[in-house]
Amino acid sequence: MKEFGRYVMFIGSLFVRRESFKTYYKLVMEESVQIGVKSILLIVLVSAFMGAVTTVQTAFNLVSPFVPKFVISQVVREMIILELAPTIMAIIYAGKVGSSMAGGLGTMRITEQIDALEVMGINSASYLVLPKIIASLLMYPLLVIVAGFCGILGGYLVGSLGNMITPYDYIYGIRSSFNEFTITFALIKSFVFAFMISSISSFKGYYTKGGALEVGISSTAAVTSSVIAVLIGDYFLAELLLK
Amino acid sequence: MIEINNISKSFGDKGVIFDISGVFDKGKTNLIIGASGTGKSVLLKCIVGLIHPDIGSVLYDGRDFTDADKVIKAEIRREIGMLFQGGALFDSKNVEQNVMFPLNILTKMHPGEKLDRVNFCLKRVGLENVNTKMPSEISGGMKKRVGIARAIVNNPNYLFCDEPNSGLDPQTSILIDELIQEITLESDITTIVVTHDMNSVMGIGEKIIFLYKGSKLWEGSKEDITQSGVKEFDDFVFANKVMSSLRKP
Repeated sequence: MKEFGRYVMFIGSLFVRRESFKTYYKLVMEESVQIGVKSILLIVLVSAFMGAVTTVQTAFNLVSPFVPKFVISQVVREMIILELAPTIMAIIYAGKVGSSMAGGLGTMRITEQIDALEVMGINSASYLVLPKIIASLLMYPLLVIVAGFCGILGGYLVGSLGNMITPYDYIYGIRSSFNEFTITFALIKSFVFAFMISSISSFKGYYTKGGALEVGISSTAAVTSSVIAVLIGDYFLAELLLK
Repeated sequence: MIEINNISKSFGDKGVIFDISGVFDKGKTNLIIGASGTGKSVLLKCIVGLIHPDIGSVLYDGRDFTDADKVIKAEIRREIGMLFQGGALFDSKNVEQNVMFPLNILTKMHPGEKLDRVNFCLKRVGLENVNTKMPSEISGGMKKRVGIARAIVNNPNYLFCDEPNSGLDPQTSILIDELIQEITLESDITTIVVTHDMNSVMGIGEKIIFLYKGSKLWEGSKEDITQSGVKEFDDFVFANKVMSSLRKP
């Protein structure tokens, strides 16, 4: 509880003694490139393969002649939009971006770069962390959209090239009985997860004490705590929004 | 002038500094010296506001800094320049961007003016044509000089240096010491240097405060060093053979 209290106070400290809008704009753009644009390749690769594997496994399990083939792509669609794109990508995002945030801030802490900012009269938490959180809120939903698209595309390619489902059936399945709210749900999850991962990772990195070993420990703790928070958040969001 | 009154600081049950008072004069290089672990850096961090003391106050030219509100603290901080032990240069920025950083954040100068000021400061610390180098590409001594350039770029009234000679060879150490002293004199600022290097003490120690186990045991100048009459101070000062040879019988 003490740690949670510190986290809440840390989040509160981001909004006091802020710098100018121009300063944040530049920093947010830099962070967006760093955490968003540079993550696209990984997200595309992982999501395309996840879509492909989901298609193969669903086709393998649907052996009954009474179940139409287009059900395969319906299952793939629901799994990717509801869970794989927002949640599994969040775990990958925590591993790549969260650990990098914690490691970067931890290194800045132990090499006194954060102290240097404070001595200059700058709110170091706000200056360093707020742009990361804003950039995450901007970029992660976009990455989830890319992941969803690539996942469904991966399934389409593997399903049709592997003769598991015809292209027509796949497209038909993707379009039939589509509930638009699943997209809204995925985007709500992506915003919540983006905030959780960036704020928890920054919190862990910002309060690093010690040396290089502790920076590594902070990075690990950032990923572990972020992933646990994402999974708990995932359950509560499903309970709240899908019932 | 900076005045500290009855500063004490503990971390949990462990007391680190106890009831330290003193005055650091303007236009002088003031030194806080002592063995490792005596609380020098903690005292310096209390003075610059990185650590809040449990008891006591810090006055910058009569302005209370310790319990000041955020606006006054921010105003005073804009008058502070600090050189950190490892330089504390921002890894993601090159030399020019590092030195320009305080100007970008704290002033509304035009880009051309800022660049002129940065080049002037880099030249002042003896660095030219290194503007585009990254901190990882320059030596420890150069990092310290860039750190000094960044500390003075905004024309501070107060300059703080935390162990400016640590990890440097004797020649570079002397250069850094001389630079700090020259800047202090020409800009007429209050400079506080934390060090345990006796070469620095003998070179630039115009006013010295000696800490022992978190308490102030002695205060004076480099001229008074040989006649302190304080055993712990003598043990610290005359620990090496060169200094020991200077001791009067």
